[in-house]
Amino acid sequence: MYKNLSIAQKHIVWAWAFLALPVVFYVVIRFYPTANAMLISFQDWNLLGSRTWAGMENYQKLWNDPVFWQVFRNTFVYLILGTPISLVLSFVVAYHLDKTRFMHGTIRMLYFLPFMTSAVAMAWVWRWFYQPVPIGLFNNWLAQFGIPQIEFLRSTTNALPAILAPAVWAGLGFQIIIFMAGLRAIPQSYYEAARIDGVSKWSVLFEITIPLLKPTIVFLVVFSSIGFLRIFDQVFNMTTGDPGGPLNSTKPLVLQIYQSAFTDFDMGYAAAQTVVLFLILLVVSLLQLYLLRDR
Amino acid sequence: MRFTKLKAAALATATSALTVLSSAANAVEIEYWQYFFDARVAAMEQLIENFQAANPDITVTMTHFPYADYRTKVAAAIPAGEGPDVVQLFYGWLNDYKAAELIQPLPAGDFPADAIDAEFFPMVSAMREGDSYWALPTAVRSLALFYNERLFEEAGIDGPPETLDEMLEIGATLTERDGAGNITQAGLTMGMNAQDHHWFREGLVRQFGGEPYLDDYKTVNYNTEAGQKAMEFYIGLGEEGGIGAIGFMDEPQAAFKAGRAGMHIDGSFRIGSLNKTRGLKWGVTELPANADGVRSNYSSYWVNAITTKAEGEKYDAAVKFMQYITSDEAMQIWLDVVGELPAKPSVGLTEENANNETFGPFIRGLAYANTTKFVNESAQRQLLIDAVERVKLQGASIADSLAEAAAAEQKLLDDFYASN
Repeated sequence: MYKNLSIAQKHIVWAWAFLALPVVFYVVIRFYPTANAMLISFQDWNLLGSRTWAGMENYQKLWNDPVFWQVFRNTFVYLILGTPISLVLSFVVAYHLDKTRFMHGTIRMLYFLPFMTSAVAMAWVWRWFYQPVPIGLFNNWLAQFGIPQIEFLRSTTNALPAILAPAVWAGLGFQIIIFMAGLRAIPQSYYEAARIDGVSKWSVLFEITIPLLKPTIVFLVVFSSIGFLRIFDQVFNMTTGDPGGPLNSTKPLVLQIYQSAFTDFDMGYAAAQTVVLFLILLVVSLLQLYLLRDR
Repeated sequence: MRFTKLKAAALATATSALTVLSSAANAVEIEYWQYFFDARVAAMEQLIENFQAANPDITVTMTHFPYADYRTKVAAAIPAGEGPDVVQLFYGWLNDYKAAELIQPLPAGDFPADAIDAEFFPMVSAMREGDSYWALPTAVRSLALFYNERLFEEAGIDGPPETLDEMLEIGATLTERDGAGNITQAGLTMGMNAQDHHWFREGLVRQFGGEPYLDDYKTVNYNTEAGQKAMEFYIGLGEEGGIGAIGFMDEPQAAFKAGRAGMHIDGSFRIGSLNKTRGLKWGVTELPANADGVRSNYSSYWVNAITTKAEGEKYDAAVKFMQYITSDEAMQIWLDVVGELPAKPSVGLTEENANNETFGPFIRGLAYANTTKFVNESAQRQLLIDAVERVKLQGASIADSLAEAAAAEQKLLDDFYASN
């Protein structure tokens, strides 16, 4: 039968033959569990017994749960603080690093190292930094200068920024590399033309560099937003013992989902929150793509 | 585990040829599951070996998993007809396992409920329903007060505290602060996230004259004058002029292990890791009594149960195995290897065990211990952590904060018992 096909048809057959693997992968590993999670969000299930229909119960519970709204707020604070701070920082570093020749490779590597480090190990090291005296690094410094110690993690106001800091730092290396690639991709001729016209440094930055970096910025905004909306490792590891920080002050949605599922064994509720997270990620990504689209 | 399985597989292949020739010895094979913890696995291996020697026609295979995967694996395996015939579970999970039809009651003939009531420590009766027991522990755990002998010696204190007041006194002597008033050495470790929430519920509340729960743990009852006094006492420990601080050295047990804390309340399961801590000279004593000499303790345990998968000759073998692992002999082995306390007074309260320097205080504590019937231990623990944080970090009053915790816990209990 294969013999009777035209060349174009044979191409299609081969294309599908090669596509079959990713298609099967996506259906089995991605789409089926996603659909299943959506189904579970309308059910009651404690992992052990049978799944029973619950209708909108899980969503009603979620709507009336103050912890859910607190967690919702926290998640957006991570996003709203994390994304701009990390983007501005990484752009400034990349912009200057691009112009530096001295030890360029070494400096770039130093920025990239944290990105390669395991988030768990890093979180525990930072957790130690933040401890009160006599063991915490930062507080020991403060104590040496006679400054009263700061509660970093055991505080409802300081804990979230304290956890965000290493998360931003860890992602910086990746963003710098992408920014530098973006900077390199801008044709030198534009800069030469600007120089001939005697344009100021700031104009060059705002009229040439940033507009031409737009695809890079779009990618990084979407990528890092999704990252901050899904923050988990840092929070989980820096706040074991009182998961999610004092009075849930640092708990992100993903940690709340994890706890609902694997310490409360309330899979339906966990799935309902997952569906909400899915919708948030979808909306945020689409919105950003729309706002930053090419006109 | 993989290695033993390989060995077993090799052995099986080698012997299968023989089995075909001989007229099959008709061995029954049953499976036992528990979560992975070095000493527990070692102890169970020893028990299985003894059991198999006594019952050559039964083979027991043990499988263990990381604690985090345990529930998922059990839940997936048993309904599929795979997995364990005898399974280990936390006492607080019994209702879930029962409701999911994963386990079956122990046969009343072999495990007469009244005899068990008489033979085991009283808290085990939580596993009884009507005339039958659903599960039985090999070992139980309780709390005691660990103390750092070196720090005690340096401060010229001759012995551990007997009462709460003595504890405060000794704690004050041991507490050291830097110029800014930060604690650099604690008299007592603190943290509701560790064992302190048990100490509060079953220890302090009762010692201040209260009863933490009513109606078989279905009604929260610590939002009373006694409960408030207990909470005041607890929070006072970490106030200015107190003898500890929450969050000191990150975790209570870390502070004690590092030799930066004089006293530390923890469970019998901590003994092993303290023994491995170099340079730490520690002793242990019963939880301090109140001024009237009343002591109170918390105890918890893991139980073994027969699953619904076990049928026919496997069921009979499982019953025999259950009988062995809840026997006096098994309990002694478990105490020697794991350091967990025997579930029967006949083993625990022997002259030797009850006066043992290390285990004695825990075993004596069992006599006045209560077991909280948690419906969701981590969520219930979180409520007490939050109750303290509201006072410490947000300046809430102790009465309001405790009332909020009690209301939230009551809702948790009500929701659970409404659906189970």
